[in-house]
Formats: sequence, C-alpha cells, structure tokens
Amino acid sequence: MDESTFRKEVADWMAARLSGRFACLKHRGGPGDEEAWPALRKEWEQEMAAGGWVGLGWPQAHGGRDLPLALQLAFHEEYVRAGGPGRIGHIGETLLAPTLIALGTPELQRRFLPGIREGREYWAQGYSEPGAGSDLAAITTRCWQDEDGNWRLQGQKVWTSLAHESDWIFVLARSTPGSAGREGLSFLLVPLDQPGIEIHPIRQMTGEAEFNSVFFDGAVTDADCIVGKPGEGWKVAMALLGFERGVSTLGQQMHFSHELQLLIDAARANGAARDPVIRQRIADAWIGLRGLRDNGLRMLEEDTGSTTVRPEALIYKYAWSNWHRALGELAMDVIGVAGDVRAGEDAGSDALRRLQQVFFFSRADTIYAGTNEIQLNIIAERGLGMPRG
Amino acid sequence: MSSLALNDEQRALRETVADFLAGHGNARKEADSDAGLWRSIAELGWAAVQVPEEFGGLGLGAVELALLMEEMGRSLARTPFFATVVLAQGALLHAAGEAARQRCLPALAEGTRSATLILGPGLDARAGSLTLHARRDGEGWRLEGESAQVLDGSSAELAYVAARVEGGDGVALFEVPADAAGLQRTALEVWDLTRPQAHWRFAGVSLDAAARLDVPGSAAAGLARAQALAMLQLAAEQVGGAAQCLALTTAYTAERVQFGRAVASFQAVKHRCAEMMVRIETARSVVRGVAARVAAASLDDAALAAEAAAARVLATEAYRYCAQEAIQLHGGVGFTWEYDPQMHFKRAQWASQWLGTPRLLREALAAQLLDAA
Ligand SMILES: Cc1cc2nc3c(=O)[nH]c(=O)nc-3n(C[C@H](O)[C@H](O)[C@H](O)COP(=O)(O)OP(=O)(O)OC[C@H]3O[C@@H](n4cnc5c(N)ncnc54)[C@H](O)[C@@H]3O)c2cc1C
Repeated sequence: MDESTFRKEVADWMAARLSGRFACLKHRGGPGDEEAWPALRKEWEQEMAAGGWVGLGWPQAHGGRDLPLALQLAFHEEYVRAGGPGRIGHIGETLLAPTLIALGTPELQRRFLPGIREGREYWAQGYSEPGAGSDLAAITTRCWQDEDGNWRLQGQKVWTSLAHESDWIFVLARSTPGSAGREGLSFLLVPLDQPGIEIHPIRQMTGEAEFNSVFFDGAVTDADCIVGKPGEGWKVAMALLGFERGVSTLGQQMHFSHELQLLIDAARANGAARDPVIRQRIADAWIGLRGLRDNGLRMLEEDTGSTTVRPEALIYKYAWSNWHRALGELAMDVIGVAGDVRAGEDAGSDALRRLQQVFFFSRADTIYAGTNEIQLNIIAERGLGMPRG
Repeated sequence: MSSLALNDEQRALRETVADFLAGHGNARKEADSDAGLWRSIAELGWAAVQVPEEFGGLGLGAVELALLMEEMGRSLARTPFFATVVLAQGALLHAAGEAARQRCLPALAEGTRSATLILGPGLDARAGSLTLHARRDGEGWRLEGESAQVLDGSSAELAYVAARVEGGDGVALFEVPADAAGLQRTALEVWDLTRPQAHWRFAGVSLDAAARLDVPGSAAAGLARAQALAMLQLAAEQVGGAAQCLALTTAYTAERVQFGRAVASFQAVKHRCAEMMVRIETARSVVRGVAARVAAASLDDAALAAEAAAARVLATEAYRYCAQEAIQLHGGVGFTWEYDPQMHFKRAQWASQWLGTPRLLREALAAQLLDAA
C-alpha cells in the first residue's frame, strides 16, 4: 500500500471515530495527563483494536499487521495530527508484546497477546524498588515456587506507572536465594487483582498520581507465567528495555512538534515572538527537533544486524529528554506570569494546559528509563569504551 | 522517506578517504607539501564527486561529498578542496549558465586547477553584502572593490566572483584568473594555519564578455542555493573535526594516570566526553539527513535553507564545545603548540564565523517560524 493512501485511511478513520463520546479525548491523556478519562481511554483502545490499529508492527502470525517502518511511522504521525489521546495500553503493546514475541513460549504468546491487541488487558512495569533504582540489579523482591509449581512473590515495587489502571504487571524478582546482582533474577507475569497485592498511589509534583507503590505479600501467579527460564530474568528485562526505542519514539516526536507549535502560537499571540532572546531559543528548539528526527530516522534505518555500537541509539534517550525539558522551560518563559495559574479543563485552556504539562512533567523525562547521569555513564562506557569508575 | 543509511560504496569511500588522510595529512607539514597532497586527491577522483558526468565528474552527490568533508575535517588537511570543490564548483553548478558550466567545471573536477569563491564578508551571498562592483566596459566588464578575506587567496588559480552590477542589473558571477592585471593579493597572517586567507584588491580588473558566467537575473537565487549547500558541507567538516577532538581526548585520558588511575575513569571526565558524543552524533545525524534529502532532491529552496541552517548551528556548537573540552581535558599539554587540540580550537573558531553565524542562522529560522503571515 502506498504511504499517502495509508495516511488518508488513518486520517479518515480518526476523523470519523474520534468524535461523539470520544471527542473529549482529543489531545488528552499524554505524559502528565494520565488521569484524564482512563475508563473512556480503554474503550478507545478497543475501538482502535477493532479498527486494526493495534500491533501494527507485530508479525501477522501474532495477530499483527507486520507493516513496514514507513507506514508505522505514518500511522503515529497521523494519529497525533488528529489529536489521538495518550495510549493507555502502550506498556503492553510496545514493551511487553515485543518481548513475548521475541522470548516468550507459544503458550504465553497465545495467552497474553490477544488481550493486549484487543485492548482488554493492561500492563504495568514492575522493575524499580525503593532500594533499586538506577542500580536495578539491587532488586530484593523475592519469588519462589510452591509445591504445585505456582510462583509466589514477596516485596515492594515503586514508581509503578498506571498500576492502578492495569490488570497485570511484569515483575523482575529474585528467584535464587542468596544471589546478587544480575544473577538469579526471574521475569514473572503477575495478575494485579488478588489478595496478595496492594497498590498505593504516590502523588507526583504535578498533583496527579500516575505512579504507585505495589506491595507483594505472598502474591501468586501460575507456574508458566515466566518469560525465559528461572534465573534469566535480567536478560529478558534488558531485551524489553531495548524495545523502548522503537517506532513509538518517532510518534513521540509528533507530539513534540505539536507542542512546539503551541509554544510558537503562544509567543505570537502575546508578543514574546518579538523578543530577540526568545527568538533565538525558539529557533534552537526547532533545530533540536530536527536533530531528534534525523537521529531517530538514522537509528531506525541503519542496519540493525551489525554488532557494533550504534551511537545514534545510545544518545537518543539523553537527547530527547533534555530537549523536551528545555522546551518546557522555554514555554514557561514565553507564557510569563500567566504560567503561575493552573490551566483549566475547558477547551479554551487546552494549549496552556499542555504547555504547563510539558514544563512540569518533563522533569521526569530525565529520570525514568535511565536518568541523565546513567545515560552519560552508558554513553561513555559503551559508546566510548571509557573505563568503569 | 529518503534513507539515511549508507550503502556499501559510500562506506567504502569513507574508509578509503579516512585511511588516505590518516597517512597523508599535512596539517603539521610545511606548506610546500600542499601541492603534492592536492595532486594525490585529484588523482583519487575526489574533486569530481559532485560534478555531473556530462561535465567530467562522477555524478555522485551531497552524501558522498559530506563523507569526504567529514574526513577532511578530522584530518585538518590543508588543501584547496573546500574552496575549489565545495565553494567554487558549488557556485558554478547552481549559479552559472550551461555553457559556462561546460567550460569551467571539467578542470575543477579533474583537480588540475584550484579555485576560490568571493561573495560578501564571511561568504555571505546576499546581494546587499557584496563588496565588488562590475561596470560595463565596451563588450566586457571592469571589476572594482576589495574583498578583505579570500579563502585560499594566495594559492587559488581562479576566483569565481559575485559582484553587483552597476546600473541595476542585480548580481553577476564572474571568472577571474588570480594573475589578472589590476588584481592585488596580500597574504594574511591567520590563526588557523590550515585555512589560509588573503586580501584581494580589484583596482580596475578588465574582463572580457565571456567572463560573466550567470544567466542574467538568476545568479542571486543560484548563489543562495550554493551557499546553503556549502553550509551543509562545512557542517560535515565540523562534525569530523569535533569527532577528532573526542577521539584525541578519550585516547589521552585513557593513558594519563593521576591519583593512581586513568583520568578517563573519573566520572566527571566521562560525562563530559559523553556530552561531546551526544552533540557530535546529533549534528552528524542532521548532516546525514539533510544530505540524503538533498540527494533525493526533496527540498525546495526555503526548506534547504532551514535544514542547512540547522545542520550548521548544531555542528558549529558541537565543534566549539568539543575543541574547548579537548583542551581542558588534556590539561597543560592541551595548551601547547605540540598537541592537536589547539589546531581544532582554531579551526572551530574559524568555522563558526563563515557562511552564517549561529546567531544569524537562528534569527533567519525564527523569522520563518514566527513572522510568517
Ligand atoms: C514518572 C516516572 C514513572 C516511572 N515509571 C516506572 C515504572 O512504570 N516502572 C518502574 O519500574 N519504574 C518506573 N520509574 C522509576 C525510574 O525508573 C527510576 O526513578 C529511575 O530508574 C531512577 O531510580 P531512583 O529514582 O531510585 O533514583 P536513584 O537511582 O536513587 O538516583 C538518584 C540520583 O543519583 C544519580 N545516580 C545514581 N546512580 C548514579 C551513578 N552510578 N553515577 C552518577 N549518578 C548516579 C541519579 O542519576 C539521580 O540523579 C518511574 C519514574 C518516574 C519519575
């Protein structure tokens, strides 16, 4: 199918479906706005699934469409252009599903992929713990098998995004007693709705509670709800993180570009566009976005078969998160004192609300998925071969 | 979506160029070796990459040229390549008429002649900044004025010169032999010894009619396009220089021991090297992307100007940052003549002022983004 026909198909579908009872979801539910209409956003995911828009890049054998990269990218761009809401199913669709397809057994694939693809089951990521953040291998949550083979878990996860909206959680836990570091970990799939699990919201600086503490007190899951073998959890966990830099990051750039446009409109409306320093910074933001885009294209296009270090992939997370944070600062400098006042929920406050979200929520961008400092360590050690400290 | 991935030929070209320049770089040699290096480069065919086959070239494009420029920047080679290939050929390709291209390009593609380009100060192509004037003189022309800083001004055999035509005929492009009567050239003592410059005074230089190369009315737009493409290639060169600063720094700090350990193992040092890499790779991605889109002919003039400006700003900032960090992280030896960081520091400074400074380029972008109706 040629790209422009495909784009039109997406745009037409979005125009027809993101209306009526879904109209209020336009531009909602993105980072920093996760509390907007969660139940309705799940229904929207099902609408999307029925339209065939979930699992675009998955192999057809797993119910996906196996679309080429260019069309996946085109979909993300048209989706954002149409104001498509934040994807509440992204942890399942873009992180767990590719991991199951790559490393899961056929039974696990059959059991879990349909729920993700059809927007029926939602997933949370249970990696971080109070004592294991940047040093993820310091995990102490324990897991063991009962006589019937079922897995039990004991411990605490923290900063778990959307756990309160999720049905399942994938958990990295220590299965070999007395083991340390990357050895002896297992990657389990655990249902959240059970007596052995408690979820406590944690209020964020934005006032919302997108993330949670998840307590496991003898929580249970089936014997076969493990990806990889017992003790191989680290390998699986890292493979999953590798999928964080997929095509979806290019979709994210459409959000960025839309945010920059909101900022430009705001600057033109309030006269900030005449300030020479603001002008320089807006130009820099545009230049930085070109950098992210070409870097992202290079990352996705260069042959992935090579074993050599891919510099453009190594720098990507650090580059986009810091660009986004700077965009938030610029937005607030453009808005001025009016930025002190929390934007309302009405449609007229849409732009202001989004720009405030960029400013506040982007403080998290440089923390989750590997902090700035950890990213620089990785770049220096893997990218430049510099010695460990 | 034009591909950013390099094909096998492009990878091979990059390796050949890198290997050759690693062995034959002349940045620290006496100037009398320069002619030999240029001859070798010409024999390798590199001066012909972007010239279409009908004019005796290889008919490759911006991607290959950018790979060459990146390696030139890494080695700081002192050759007529930038002035002859990027500037002079570029002006001919985009601002000269068909007959003039036919006549002038083959020698430049073969590398049998070296050339330079004269626009306004800092290679500003805008008509208002041109400092030379052309007056009709019988069938021919007479050029007057000064160009304070001409790249390769002492060594170039030919100059392609943009001048304002007196009497309202806009901008014209002329070919001027460097030994023309009435042309006075004075070598300048420059900080960046790998980018020689001279002052040129045109005290009534007479040219015959054929010396005017443009199709009247089209030179200004053609020169603007040539300038944007030169910005892209200069950015590629800056990326190469910045990458070399990082390579020098990781090599030196891996060897240098203080407090009983390699300096490279200190996190403060590692993070700064990582930051260098982030800036280099971002600039490299944009250079690669813009070059691919130029090769695919998918950019109109406004988009080309904007994208080339983005590449230039990123590369300029990256190179200055990396050169300055290279000096700092080398410690005392970084301040010596003997070690290479100083040469990159000077080249980075040079490059930051030609073909549009970051401040001007940002303002031009801001105008596109903010002032449109
Ligand atoms: C909004 C948000 C959502 C999240 N969602 C999830 C989720 O869904 N699931 C999940 O598992 N986790 C999630 N996280 C957790 C996130 O992955 C961790 O916060 C992150 O890994 C950092 O760990 P930490 O918070 O313990 O900070 P720490 O590791 O304690 O770091 C504190 C500071 O020390 C620095 N530091 C640490 N080690 C080094 C070092 N070696 N060198 C230099 N500096 C260092 C850090 O960079 C940081 O500045 C989320 C976090 C946020 C903010």
